[in-house]
Amino acid sequence: MENFFDLVPLVVFVPLVGLLINLFTGKHLGERGVGIVAVGASGIAFLISLLLWLAQVDTGYKPVVVDLPLFSDWISIPAAGVEIPWQFRVDTLSVTMMMAVTFVGTVIHLYAVGYMHGDERFPRFFVYMNLFLVFMLILVTGNNFLMMFVGWEGVGLCSYLLIGFWFDKPGGVGWKNSDAARKAFIVNRVGDFGLVLGVLITFWTFGTLDFYKPDELPMAAHHAAEAAEEPVFAPEIPHEAEPHIEGPMGVFNQAEVWLEEGGHDVNFGMFSLSFESTITVITLLFLLGATGKSAQIPLFVWLPDAMAGPTPVSALIHAATMVTAGVYMMVRSNVFYHASDAASFVVALIGATTAIVAGFIAVGQWDIKRVLAYSTISQLGFMVAAVGVGAYAAAMFHLVTHAFFKALLFLGSGSVIHGMEHGHHHVAHGGHDHDDEFDPQDMRYMGGLRHKMPRTYWTYLFGTLALAGIIPFAGFWSKDEILLDALKAGVDDARLEGYLAFVLLVMAAAFTAFYMWRQMALVFYGKPRHAAAEHAEESSNLMVYPLIVLAFFSLVIGVINVPSGFPILGAIFGEHEFTSWLEHAVTYAHAASFNVLLASFAVVLALVAIYVARAIYNDRALETLGQQDPLELDERTEGLFAVAKAKLYWDDAYFKYLIFPYRRAAYWLAEQLDWRFWHDYVHKTVIQKNFHIATEFLTQPVDKGIIDRGFNSLGRLMQIIAQRIRVIQTGYVRTYAWTVLLGTLLVVFIILFPVIRGMLGL
Amino acid sequence: MEDISLVTVVFMLPLVGVFALLFVRNLTDYTVRWLTLIVSLITFGASLLLLRNFDTSVAGLQMVHQWDWIDTGSVTIRYYVGVDGISIWMVLLTTFIMPLAILTSMKTIHERTRLYYVLMLLMEWAMIGVFVAQDLFLFYVFWEVTLVPMYFLIGIWGAEERIYAAIKFFLYTMAGSLLMLLAILWLGNEAGTFTVPEIIEKLNSGELSLSASTGRWLFLAFGIAFAIKVPMWPLHSWLPDAHVQAPTAGSVILAGVLLKMGTYGFVRFNLPMFPEASETFAPYIAVLAVIGIIYGAWVSYGQKDVKKLVAYSSISHLGFVMLGIFALNSAGIQGGILQGVNHGISTGGLFLMVGMLYERRHTKLMSAFGGIWKAMPIYSGISLVIVLSSMGLPGLNGFVGEFTILLGSAGSDVLSWWFTAFAALGIILAAIYMLYMFNTVFMGALDKDENKNLPDLNRYELWTLIPILVMVFAIGLQASFFFNFMDSSVKELVDQVSASAMAAAGR
Repeated sequence: MENFFDLVPLVVFVPLVGLLINLFTGKHLGERGVGIVAVGASGIAFLISLLLWLAQVDTGYKPVVVDLPLFSDWISIPAAGVEIPWQFRVDTLSVTMMMAVTFVGTVIHLYAVGYMHGDERFPRFFVYMNLFLVFMLILVTGNNFLMMFVGWEGVGLCSYLLIGFWFDKPGGVGWKNSDAARKAFIVNRVGDFGLVLGVLITFWTFGTLDFYKPDELPMAAHHAAEAAEEPVFAPEIPHEAEPHIEGPMGVFNQAEVWLEEGGHDVNFGMFSLSFESTITVITLLFLLGATGKSAQIPLFVWLPDAMAGPTPVSALIHAATMVTAGVYMMVRSNVFYHASDAASFVVALIGATTAIVAGFIAVGQWDIKRVLAYSTISQLGFMVAAVGVGAYAAAMFHLVTHAFFKALLFLGSGSVIHGMEHGHHHVAHGGHDHDDEFDPQDMRYMGGLRHKMPRTYWTYLFGTLALAGIIPFAGFWSKDEILLDALKAGVDDARLEGYLAFVLLVMAAAFTAFYMWRQMALVFYGKPRHAAAEHAEESSNLMVYPLIVLAFFSLVIGVINVPSGFPILGAIFGEHEFTSWLEHAVTYAHAASFNVLLASFAVVLALVAIYVARAIYNDRALETLGQQDPLELDERTEGLFAVAKAKLYWDDAYFKYLIFPYRRAAYWLAEQLDWRFWHDYVHKTVIQKNFHIATEFLTQPVDKGIIDRGFNSLGRLMQIIAQRIRVIQTGYVRTYAWTVLLGTLLVVFIILFPVIRGMLGL
Repeated sequence: MEDISLVTVVFMLPLVGVFALLFVRNLTDYTVRWLTLIVSLITFGASLLLLRNFDTSVAGLQMVHQWDWIDTGSVTIRYYVGVDGISIWMVLLTTFIMPLAILTSMKTIHERTRLYYVLMLLMEWAMIGVFVAQDLFLFYVFWEVTLVPMYFLIGIWGAEERIYAAIKFFLYTMAGSLLMLLAILWLGNEAGTFTVPEIIEKLNSGELSLSASTGRWLFLAFGIAFAIKVPMWPLHSWLPDAHVQAPTAGSVILAGVLLKMGTYGFVRFNLPMFPEASETFAPYIAVLAVIGIIYGAWVSYGQKDVKKLVAYSSISHLGFVMLGIFALNSAGIQGGILQGVNHGISTGGLFLMVGMLYERRHTKLMSAFGGIWKAMPIYSGISLVIVLSSMGLPGLNGFVGEFTILLGSAGSDVLSWWFTAFAALGIILAAIYMLYMFNTVFMGALDKDENKNLPDLNRYELWTLIPILVMVFAIGLQASFFFNFMDSSVKELVDQVSASAMAAAGR
């Protein structure tokens, strides 16, 4: 099955072909044809990922590097020692990402065919969606940092295009969508600034950007030390094998070698830095990149606005896949993060703080998708925190489970929005009062949808329970693992960030359960609060079946990584299967064994939060439109709710202290400094005027005959020329200019005369 | 006299066209247009042969053609042309841009057609001359000759304030190059030759030695001329005038090729002839370059006129090029040269784009647009790619150049780390002004009636933009092919600079 590995470029090229077909022939294909092409391309990419997975299993999880045929030479500058190829990497980590991306991607593509039905730019939507797959798959399959960066910014571009997909909606909405798209791109660029600098330093530290060279295996020096935790399942060939030491190494193995040697300084042209500090700098810069793409503090502000895009986009890009790229990148660089305690500390804190902050803001939102957006930020915070406490496998595990249940929730919300719009249409055509204020995404207009959209309700419930971390849903397993690892980092390794992360994440988990049940209550329970909700209808099968598929996986996907010591399930599905699979690519992946106490605590906490939310919202559900949140009415929580609703004033602060001053300064620079002062005053007034005065001074004495006749005639000549020009053209500027020009020439001639005479040998 | 080389052929082809246009009688405008286009295409084809015959393993000049032009007894001025890794892409850039500039003029220039196309070909001839001339005097002649056609292109076919812009452009460049002329004459007199390879050889062998201060003065004399042309901050004041007033083709040529004459000059003359001074001045020039990157980007964001925005963005992009060159290492210089080409393609493309919009609406104010994407999907899609290329999206050409430059400056022996850190801010700022432009013009609601029925691209326009797209992807995805041609030459240049600087340090 080794041959299958050569298929990996196709995983990128199949969606590429799909998008090209739709780009050039989409208009003639019709919705059905476009849908088949786009979904087909995504599906084939999934099948290829599946084959790669089988091939990995078959070959003992050996990482494989595959060159792009014919065009593998991307950037090579021999004189500078730069060689960056188009090279794909197939290892357990990249295959995990490929499978998650293409599977969830295919389901969402299918859903989108139903969701986008009737849109005037239906083909273009699928062009962008396939383009997104292309870049996302480049991101996860690249074997060097720069190729990863191509995917990294490429998915950002697709995000921009898709957030702004409805850029032309009337009534200011189009402009708002366009602004949201731009905001996403620019905020991400701030992160990319860090990532690029990190990549530059990586290059000058290691002389290459390759993760590993072909035929090089990740080192696993640490495995001996952690033998006690070694999973039951131990394959034969893999990671214990010695990496090839001869010849250049990829960055990660080189880092391992140097870390072991210790005391080595890295020279960067004008300064040098100890190797350990270099790694810390690199990892912190990478973290900045991750805070952009994975929407962490301080750059998370773009993701909620990104909900302006069509809902399938929110599900695929802004929940399941693209936003996890930051986590993927850090897990890919786990050797670096493991080596730097300082960076790990910062990472854990950023992740955990983001988790709690976003969870808090989510409580105060009215827009169904915004709640989910903040929820995504919060869950990404869990993953980032996991990276910080060294739980790389747990981070990836949560990434995978989250991809399923968050995609499910977004698609579910899309179904709700569709249902609401349908109901609103019905009302509008039925001659009822038509109000323009209606917003199909505002939960205040919903309520009681449980009976109108039963299948959406049930699948949404599955997603909610998975997100809240209720056993046996998927979220339980992965969240539990992160909490456990955080606590372990605190207790076993005496790492402060372990404790901090644990406390913050537990609180965030409680918030998660609370805001999700608030949403369930506002959307599905109680009575309809608007005519649109009253007439809402279940969505088409094309949209509901994907929900059912995802709901199924949200229930069961957790079994891929049952913790050791878990009764019954462990025996059936194997223990830590996912962690041991990842270990072949992620050097510092490790697993923790099951802790009944912690797991029970987490579940009980979530149930309590749900119970509280139920008590607040279910029984006192907002009866009429425009009513405030019960938390708003209660004076104890009033202030907090206002803060959450205002998104902690974070966006306002950025606008006030960054964006506005930057814009003001730009206008000042452009209009005052550069134009009025430099262009007009200095050039037109000072230089031009003084030249004019100087030439006047030179010509006046000439006319008066003070200087000898030779120069006199020259001056005449100039006047004649000037007059001629005056005849040809009009306006004073030219006269000055020509005078200036001739005057200058004259001066230069006088200066040069001896030189020329010398040259001519006179 | 040696055999005529291919370089001379490429160089002289546009001149043949000029004579044809001047002396053949009774040409209709139609014939003039197509004849010019065909001449420029043949020139481009011939320049492709240059690539084919180019030996990438040779560091020095290739396909050299020389004969004595003016022999004064003590000093000889030569016709001495050839290409090496430093100039080959500049020649190709010129021959690539010119057919596009001509194509874009076909439907837009209706007055004094014959004169216009004569000037276009004259322009091409002079620009190629600048890039192939290896004799200082010859170089200077063509350096000045380029001013003339551009002066008239702006002055006759430009916008409202064309005369002011044309004269400013002329005087600014002229003022700078007078010092260069002085330096050239001095150097030629001192070295006994104007031929650049000979001067460099004499300098290296010690036959001609310049004191440290002389080297610095000469560096500045050349450098100011080039810095004005680039233009480096704060000498950029002529650029917005010239760009905004010039006709589309003029802007394309200005941005595409003329500005590169400045950066090329630094690499061709300042670095090898005054290596010690180059090293001394590198940090100062890099400071100006970094200021230019940030300032240009910032000021771009403050513009209301889309053409002015693009013009100021050039200051930012050229700042990158200068930073790369004065990193004084292979990555930086090669990145700088390639980014020069990239800027020609992307910014040239942006000016073409703006021109097409202006043809339709006769305004360049961004506020007059909005939602154009809906009215002109093909045009907007292509524009997006060009905008992204200018913003440095990885996988497109701009990124390769910027990244390599930053790589060079980060590993430079003469620049401190913060140059790279500040320059990299340009990545963010570029996104800010470019997306501001793209959003304001192309996205948003199509809410102005004048814009609702704008026609999409016609065939001429499409074929003007397609070659740009091809190059955007070609360089972005297969940059090695382009670096391969410059590698040997740049390596030798860097070795020579560091050797001379080291020798100077040891003295």
